[in-house]
Amino acid sequence: MNTLIEEVVNKIQSSEKKYTAKDFSSDQDVRWCPGCGDYSILAQVQRVMPDFNVPKEKIVFVSGIGCSSRFPYYMNTYGFHSIHGRATAIASGLKIARPDLMVWIVTGDGDALSIGGNHFIHLLRRNLDVNILLFNNQIYGLTKGQYSPTSEFGKITKSTPFGSVDNPFNPVALALGSSGTFVARTLDRDPKHMQNIIKRAAEHKGTSFVEIYQNCNVFNDGAFFQFTEKETKSESVIFLEHGKPLIFGINKDKGIRLDGFTPKVVSLTDGKYSESDLMVHNEKDSTLAFILANMTYNEELPRPVGVFQNIDRPIYENEVEKQIQFSKNKLGKGELEKILNSGETWEIA
Amino acid sequence: MSKETKILDSVIIRFAGDSGDGMQIAGSQFTLTTAAMGNDLSTFPDYPAEIRAPAGTLYGVSGFQVNFGSSEINTPGDYCDVLIAMNAAALKVNLRSLIAGGIIIANTDGFNDKNLKLAGYAENPLTNDSLKSYQLFSADVTKLTTLALQDLNLSIKIVERTKNFFALGMTYWMFNRSLDQTIRFIEDKFKKKPEIINANIRVLKAGWNFAETTEIFAIRYDVKPAKLPKGKYRNINGNTATALGFVAAAEKSKLELFLGSYPITPASEILHELSYFKNFGVKTFQAEDEIAGIASAIGASFGGSLAITTTSGPGVALKTEAIGLAVMTELPLVIINVQRGGPSTGLPTKTEQADLLQAVYGRNGEAPVPVIAASTPGDCFYMAYEASRIALKYMTPVFLLTDGYLANGSEPWLIPDPNSLKEIPVHFVKENENFIPYKRDDSTLARQWAIPGTAGHEHRIGGIEKADGSGNISYDPENHEKMIKLRAAKIDGIANDIPLAEIDGAKQGDLLVIGWGGTYGAIKTAVDQKQAEGKSVSHLHLKYIFPFQKNIGEILSGFKNILVPELNNGQLIKILRSNFLVPAIGLNKIQGLPFKSSEIANKIDEILGA
Repeated sequence: MNTLIEEVVNKIQSSEKKYTAKDFSSDQDVRWCPGCGDYSILAQVQRVMPDFNVPKEKIVFVSGIGCSSRFPYYMNTYGFHSIHGRATAIASGLKIARPDLMVWIVTGDGDALSIGGNHFIHLLRRNLDVNILLFNNQIYGLTKGQYSPTSEFGKITKSTPFGSVDNPFNPVALALGSSGTFVARTLDRDPKHMQNIIKRAAEHKGTSFVEIYQNCNVFNDGAFFQFTEKETKSESVIFLEHGKPLIFGINKDKGIRLDGFTPKVVSLTDGKYSESDLMVHNEKDSTLAFILANMTYNEELPRPVGVFQNIDRPIYENEVEKQIQFSKNKLGKGELEKILNSGETWEIA
Repeated sequence: MSKETKILDSVIIRFAGDSGDGMQIAGSQFTLTTAAMGNDLSTFPDYPAEIRAPAGTLYGVSGFQVNFGSSEINTPGDYCDVLIAMNAAALKVNLRSLIAGGIIIANTDGFNDKNLKLAGYAENPLTNDSLKSYQLFSADVTKLTTLALQDLNLSIKIVERTKNFFALGMTYWMFNRSLDQTIRFIEDKFKKKPEIINANIRVLKAGWNFAETTEIFAIRYDVKPAKLPKGKYRNINGNTATALGFVAAAEKSKLELFLGSYPITPASEILHELSYFKNFGVKTFQAEDEIAGIASAIGASFGGSLAITTTSGPGVALKTEAIGLAVMTELPLVIINVQRGGPSTGLPTKTEQADLLQAVYGRNGEAPVPVIAASTPGDCFYMAYEASRIALKYMTPVFLLTDGYLANGSEPWLIPDPNSLKEIPVHFVKENENFIPYKRDDSTLARQWAIPGTAGHEHRIGGIEKADGSGNISYDPENHEKMIKLRAAKIDGIANDIPLAEIDGAKQGDLLVIGWGGTYGAIKTAVDQKQAEGKSVSHLHLKYIFPFQKNIGEILSGFKNILVPELNNGQLIKILRSNFLVPAIGLNKIQGLPFKSSEIANKIDEILGA
């Protein structure tokens, strides 16, 4: 960092101060529709923030445009509510310039995957140490109900009165395909799970991507109820746990077995298969992560939720800093006089 | 044999050959040698858009023109006095740029049947008298080069590659130049290959000796040193000067320089240059697209960097929405547009000034952005510095316009003393100071700048309209109008903080020629010439286009006629007319080429009567 920044910035990375969730709540009225899934996400984020021991002045929330992107206004940290799709690019510049900051990106399915798709994949590829929270509600809420890049095929919306003919993105598979090092999925109506996933995302060194199934009760109510409501959740969702076999069902009586590369549901009670036949989740195994991701829109299989992948790769801004240090060590700190006078010079007397 | 020496005031030489003939090296070596001998000069490299065009073709011809003299030189010159043609295509393409009676030095080996056919010559122009209105000197450069190196057992490829130094050696003799500088260059460039050093130096000297002894060349020429201001000089092109200007501004503002950029012709060299300066803490980010280039810079600016983004016209089009965000969030940012021919992909490697209206007006909503322009390659340094100063002081994005001609053209540059550059004071609000995000400085109207990491000043900014003062989201009708007026007043106020415009010539008269940007040299040359002829004409060159300097209206009122030469279809003239209601006359050239000073001189004659 240069002198002027050093004069004002808190150099302490780990706060002595004990925060509470309330410390992260800003003075602005929260203006999402009553009943919106975003409220739960805001509450869980505010609840886990104190656990990081990061001075709150070192935390920045960056967002684009959409309902989710109002998020920074409600966090009592630094915040930047930017333009549609560009939060990832703005956050990249911020993090490269200021690796000392903890940077969060809050985005939605339209913001991240449609207008901001390019920046999204390139951020994951570069692996900056930032965290992406993607609120997926499978609809455009702020523009009042058009289909989004995650809306299902055939979806009837204001802009698709005869049903959408677009194939939806699978955000987890897209993140994995973009070389994301930490890729996870959680649910707005499962606070405990969400808190845990957000904590793990924050701990991960490198880009963390968290897809959050979020209910838009105005324009797409119940889109995820199969996975979030008590009646159906146990039979429809499989929670991924590192090192553990893939088991689900209200009575924990079903599992996922790999038949070649194809995941299949098997019964643990019909005597054919036992736990030892099941696929064991391994967050370090990228091949398995893809198999799990591809279970997403398969109606014969439960929907995986949890951490798909958690691997390490060089972190972009660290590599940038390394080159700067290397150059300073080799050439000495830059001197203006030297570069102005570089190349052939001559005197006119 | 003693040969006659003629003293000339200035000479324009054009080196022309295949892309692979080393003409850019020959040209730039001649430039450095000539600069070091104290001449003023200006250069114009002109290479094909194709990276490796097929040998011998017309579109593969690469040229380098240098104009040098014992008095002030402001342009690379309209027509050359001397054409060095390494092959038939080079002659064909460049003959129209040679003055009547000019000198041609031709490499006869480049005029074989294949060369002639590729160039479209039915018969050899060197032998059929078609060039009799010129002074033609033919030399078999390839053969002479081979002979000079025959005892060294070098491959034909290496021998071929040295022939540009034979041509250069002949040219050095003809214009009485020293070989020292180029010998040093060869020794440095090939320091790990002694046999190449030996070969190149031998060929360079062989060219000189050939010209000295052969009877083909009867006259040599000399151009005495110019009276340039004292000091240390280097040769500089516009893109390098731009890059150095920002490094200097970062040092003098004690900020880190952050460049977010996507490669685009002719701006990429600024990215290349800056990516070397890591020991200054400069961070260059080659983004995934133009939008990410500026968006990352805005993020870095929010974090407290001196943030810039470099591009050319099509890139600006993509960055437009983000420029509006920087206007709304009132963050410092410099957008550099190295203009090229448009619209769309247009003429990527050619120069034009057609993005002025885009810079001044091209955004949604009321989004005023200061626009400044560099006028010479060396001036790019100072305007980059000035753009940074304005951006940081007024918390605003600033447009810096240069163009392909300035970016690639070079001139001798009096190297500034870093201590002579004024500090750029920047204030980050400290923890114990009061902070309100949109509280403004009384004199500049700039808002306060608190950066993440500063305890107690956590705040949120964004693209939605801000409440005056707090910066909170506001949809209040009166507030919106007030903020629009405040942002406009802030930018208008910059007029109080920039030097008054200076005019070259009398303050009143029959004609004022107003230009901006890279046309400076051509206009100055034309106006100087007409002033010497006793014409009542003056020259005003605008560096600040939005806002204008405060005395522009007053200057305009002193002249009966106003001429606005531009490399576009009439853009500055629209702004001048709408601001000052003057009946200006346009001179517009839109060919991807710079003005010839004669084109401007002729227009002056047309208006004033020859």
